Amino acid sequence: MSRKDRMSGNEAVAYAIKQINPDVMPAFPITPSTEIPQLVSTYIANNEMDTEFIPVESEHSSMSATIGAEAAGARSLTATSSCGLALMWEELLLAASNRMPCVLALVNRTLSGPININCDHSDSMGARDTGWIQIYAENNQEAYDNFIQAYPIAEDRRVHLPVMICQDGFITSHAVQNIELNEDKDVKEFVGEYHPEEFLLNSGNPIAIGPYSISNYAMEARKAQEMAMESSKEVIIEVAQKYRAKFGRGFELFEEYRTEDAEYIMVIMGSAAGTAKQAVDDLREKGVKAGVLKLRVFRPFPAEEIAKALKNAKAVAIMERTESYNGHGGPLCSEIRAGLFEHKVYVEAVCYTYGLAGRDFTVDHVYDIFKELYEIINSKKDYKQHRYINLRTKEEI
Amino acid sequence: MAGYNLKEIMNKPERLTPGHRMCAGCGATIGVRAVLRALHENDRAVIGNATGCLEVSSYTYPYTAWEDSYIHNAFENAGATLSGVETAYKALKKRGRISEDVNYKFITFGGDGGTYDIGFQSLSGAMERGHDMVYVCYDNGAYMNTGIQRSSATPMYADTTTTPVGKVSNGKLQGRKDLAGIIAEHNVPYVAQTTFTKDFRDIHTKSERAIYTEGACFLNVLAPCPRGWRYEASDVMNICKLAIDTCYWPLFEVDHGKWLLSYEPKHKLPIEDFLREQGRFKHLFKPGNEDLIVQFQEEVDRRWEDLLYKCAR
Repeated sequence: MSRKDRMSGNEAVAYAIKQINPDVMPAFPITPSTEIPQLVSTYIANNEMDTEFIPVESEHSSMSATIGAEAAGARSLTATSSCGLALMWEELLLAASNRMPCVLALVNRTLSGPININCDHSDSMGARDTGWIQIYAENNQEAYDNFIQAYPIAEDRRVHLPVMICQDGFITSHAVQNIELNEDKDVKEFVGEYHPEEFLLNSGNPIAIGPYSISNYAMEARKAQEMAMESSKEVIIEVAQKYRAKFGRGFELFEEYRTEDAEYIMVIMGSAAGTAKQAVDDLREKGVKAGVLKLRVFRPFPAEEIAKALKNAKAVAIMERTESYNGHGGPLCSEIRAGLFEHKVYVEAVCYTYGLAGRDFTVDHVYDIFKELYEIINSKKDYKQHRYINLRTKEEI
Repeated sequence: MAGYNLKEIMNKPERLTPGHRMCAGCGATIGVRAVLRALHENDRAVIGNATGCLEVSSYTYPYTAWEDSYIHNAFENAGATLSGVETAYKALKKRGRISEDVNYKFITFGGDGGTYDIGFQSLSGAMERGHDMVYVCYDNGAYMNTGIQRSSATPMYADTTTTPVGKVSNGKLQGRKDLAGIIAEHNVPYVAQTTFTKDFRDIHTKSERAIYTEGACFLNVLAPCPRGWRYEASDVMNICKLAIDTCYWPLFEVDHGKWLLSYEPKHKLPIEDFLREQGRFKHLFKPGNEDLIVQFQEEVDRRWEDLLYKCAR
């Protein structure tokens, strides 16, 4: 059973939080995620949920308190964006290394500077190696669906890792779209009750968390954490399948849109996937064999699955909504190309940086990119492997 | 406190057990054990700890010296971390996941680096929000864990590795921050400044008061460091006594806004008596530096008078 409504992405995630009714939520406001703690506080104020909300004095403290609460045995979460995520960076590492199955609702916003409040993925991409599972959404519906799957993934004994549920700032978080909401009881049943095995408040069984670890032990701890990240992939797939069976929606590691016979594929993540899919529909009408691979799960990185999905393409555009300043593309490009090479899939793969700090990305840009992929293959001309889309400069970059 | 019996108190089971790796003559562990002795035996506790000597020496994987549940998160966030733990307790109690008869107390320890400086914001936030917890600063007046760098708790003219005494330097230029006063200005229910006295009555009484007062409470414990202060390990109790009797470290409490002096020396000793015992102030006793001691004394007097004024209101 479900019911139809209209909601913004922030409202959808706050609604999922209300339905799950976790134990503790520390949070500090930052645009564009501010509405999430505001809405949760309002639900609490109106007795629609009874999560303990902690209005902390910074994001470093919100993640610190989330870790404290989770370690104590409470299902915990926080929400943030951009510089807030950067400020809690140290604590992101500790949440993961202490194997805390907490959840972070991230509303993607660019990192300073220059300071800007609009969307790109530089915040979560900056945190890509902190040991968090990262799941991205195209729209409000996916943000809602992904959030409900977060705890079943995080708390699975094979995983025990924190999960970041990402949605695009403003484009998804503030735009009101249609949505299908699950019944409260179905959400509660799907997420289940939290019964941690070891926790600080386990009366009669005290534990110690956060040791100093000498070199004789620390490396094994890192390896155990890495193995958990590896095994999270099957758990993410299982949970997605279970969710789809129960609620009829959602994808596993990524969505393949009209890729079966595609010669040219655009790999993209987040809200811009909708734009790409629209453009692909238009191009298909003109006989262009174009497709979209929309990445849902960035951590763990499904390198093998992506390589397999791209192996029959002639050329691939990898769409990057962040800048790595490494001189040859962003993280998505580096990891996809490495995966292609590792799995011996030798297709042309061009890295396009787009939409930084909220810069528009339209169907026209997608047409141009597919046209360029066609030219690269058919004219055999040399091309630059890392390009920027929709810059103000008139010169070709 | 009526019925205080040192022998009885000292015979309570230790909640920080031997086998940790702290230095001989270290004030931190003396302080921690004294605070934990104030816990009633049937009460459970979750102990928080900022990164520092105490943390790296008491919980080195796979060994812990702590009998109670313990959490170390990072350097600057002991206040926030324990506020999460305390809130979880509230949530789990409310939802019936911790039984009614189980009683937990929340105590966190941080050095002056983790408390006065890098963890100041996190501490201030936790105090202002009023979590039912006690934050205990073991104040040894410098960043001892990283090798004796100055902090905002370091006294004037102390020789530290970032305020070294040299040809044109007499050590730290600034006086120490009055953290107990600052936390009292948060209007929390209970703040106290204490250290080790011969019978441990002062620290015991104040710890018990802090632990069993509802809301956010703060204890500032002078905890000498033999490496940083350069005294003989066996002299720790004497150093504390001199800190009190020179009025360098007055004992007081602020109970629901009321300032109370805990101890007034019959004969206030000159500050030289405290300084002379410590290698970090050796340069003050060189000929030509007499004025530095005068300045130090003036600052101690000014602060002492100010405290007497607050307590007389």
